[in-house]
Amino acid sequence: MRIMIRTIGEWFDRRLQLAVPVREMAEHPVPRNTASWWYVFGSAALTVFMLQIVTGILLALVYVPSGAEAWSSLQALNHGVALGWFIRGMHGWGSNFMVAIVLIHMVQVFLFGAHKFPRELTWIIGVFLLLMTLGMAFSGQVLRFDQDAYWGLGIGASIASRVPILGPSIVRLMLGGPIIAGATLSRFFALHVFVIPGVLIGFVCLHLLMVLKLGINEWPMPGRIVRRATYEAEYHALTKKEGAPFVPYAVWKDMFFAAFIILAVAACALYFGPFGPTGQPDPTIIQTVPKPDYFFLWLYALLSLLPPSLETPVLLIGPVVVIAGLLLLPFLSGEGEKSWKRRPIAVLTVSLIAITLGTFTHLAGFTPWSPHMNAWSGDPVPDRYVHNTTALERQGALVFQVKQCRNCHSLGDTGGQRGPALDSVAVRLTQDQLIRQVIQGGGNMPAYGKNLSPAETTALVAFLQTLHPKGQAPARDASRDLALSDENQAGRNP
Amino acid sequence: MATKPALAPSADATISRRGFFMKLGIVFNALAASAVAVPIVGFLFSSITRGRANGYLSWVPLGQVSEFPEGETRLATFQNPYVMPTDGKTADTACWVRRVAGEQFQVFAVNCAHLGCPVRWFPQSGLFMCPCHGGAYYRDGSRASGPPERGLFEYPYKVENGLVTIQAGELPTPGAAMAELNGEKPPCAS
Repeated sequence: MRIMIRTIGEWFDRRLQLAVPVREMAEHPVPRNTASWWYVFGSAALTVFMLQIVTGILLALVYVPSGAEAWSSLQALNHGVALGWFIRGMHGWGSNFMVAIVLIHMVQVFLFGAHKFPRELTWIIGVFLLLMTLGMAFSGQVLRFDQDAYWGLGIGASIASRVPILGPSIVRLMLGGPIIAGATLSRFFALHVFVIPGVLIGFVCLHLLMVLKLGINEWPMPGRIVRRATYEAEYHALTKKEGAPFVPYAVWKDMFFAAFIILAVAACALYFGPFGPTGQPDPTIIQTVPKPDYFFLWLYALLSLLPPSLETPVLLIGPVVVIAGLLLLPFLSGEGEKSWKRRPIAVLTVSLIAITLGTFTHLAGFTPWSPHMNAWSGDPVPDRYVHNTTALERQGALVFQVKQCRNCHSLGDTGGQRGPALDSVAVRLTQDQLIRQVIQGGGNMPAYGKNLSPAETTALVAFLQTLHPKGQAPARDASRDLALSDENQAGRNP
Repeated sequence: MATKPALAPSADATISRRGFFMKLGIVFNALAASAVAVPIVGFLFSSITRGRANGYLSWVPLGQVSEFPEGETRLATFQNPYVMPTDGKTADTACWVRRVAGEQFQVFAVNCAHLGCPVRWFPQSGLFMCPCHGGAYYRDGSRASGPPERGLFEYPYKVENGLVTIQAGELPTPGAAMAELNGEKPPCAS
């Protein structure tokens, strides 16, 4: 039996001639200290990518990339095809895992100084791999052709339209026509299934080839300086002196982690199930709150919080600056210390970016900038705010609800958070200031002058004036008291 | 860096038969590639070129004037004039129709002028509110608050034989033709 296998193997290798190069590849020496759990993320990213290819092909057996039928074919996958929900879950969760692992891999590579000489091109191709991974994530979200996908495309189109001069043309090119419709889905299908994966596979091969040719980055030691003139000789000495063959010395950790990741993706798919689809992509259903997928939530928050005047420049110039920065990084810091222990600015930069993205993502979870569309009819005014009040003040509480002030202002911790909470507004604003704010708006508040009768304004302001903590007097205009008392005096002594 | 050996002068200045045919082959392929490139590029950019000739816009009816009560704002839907067989429901479009008085209308796109999310009309507070990034507009479409830099997009409309018709066909975006068509801000109704 064994002899037969060997004979067949030799027959193939005589023709393929791959045994020697594959063996050389597998047994190439790596620095002993790189057999670390920190070095498993690259292979994990490749593993998830292969998983995505397999699950993607499986989904394509059923999915129909047509504006009219995509949504129902997703429903069929979820409910009609055996285990379709699981494959969708694997593909969706695999996407999240892939973005996360690619980002972790990138941070690890950066903090370990692996982008420095001679691995600059490996880093640059890595940057493109990141961009393509994000491109896959976005186009994949579009293929899940639901309300989020539809309005997400609208947001993409609105951003693209702001490019000077070329904007409208870019939008038509992106949408494949004048509106978001069947042609849009078809072209995102082509991108997601043919164009990006094709380039991605090519770039992954190049990336891997360079890792093999240049050798894996050695564990960074503080004080071991990278110099263009001497690095390669030093690295070869290192791998010769204390090197070990990649297989099996280091590879077992990659294999363990790869298996763990696949199981983790499967567990998430099993436990949480597939993503959506949410409602039908019908543009006439406007009762929808579109939200991007997890890895674009930070952008959603950023777009809400940027001052309007900064938005277009940041949207158009920001990505160019970030991508250029990433691409230029190995040229700006191609030599020197590799260890994160001697690179405080690198550590600080990574932490700052992580905290910023984390904060924005967290904020996007509860969108304090959006009015709560149903607060006015859904959240009652807390009892204590209408207890012991006059008829006028109660009427004001009604105006407060009916005119939807609640959608933006919270009372007793319920309601919108677009504007300030009004539980103690009477302490901050005097009667006159309240009237002015309600009628003229200002800050970020619309003016309600045209929409409130004088009686409604009076009642509303009377109610607002009752909103102050016990034992804390409402704000008052001392000069007005004085003016009124002067008037009274004048009235008394004509 | 090792010093490069000086370039050897070419052995003979004449072109060999093989060299000539190889060059001819390259030229022939370049010709074939550019011949094929014309239809490829034309196909790829057809969605732009068609739009440039304003081939996307046409007048679509929304309904009788009587369907829109005076002083109120109602949601109307229409089918996009440019339809492909695979569009399905996405060819349907919604818009907000405000009948100011008589035959005077304002027809707003549902797409927020910030990033295109669907705005909702709240007659109680007289505001359009956007669920995405918190934009708000007054009843006449002008900007009230939030991130939008301008008022809601307006469709050109006309009333003929009691029928309200709008010129539509392209997704309104901050940079698109419709935004230019109607100026930077919609006219403020007093």
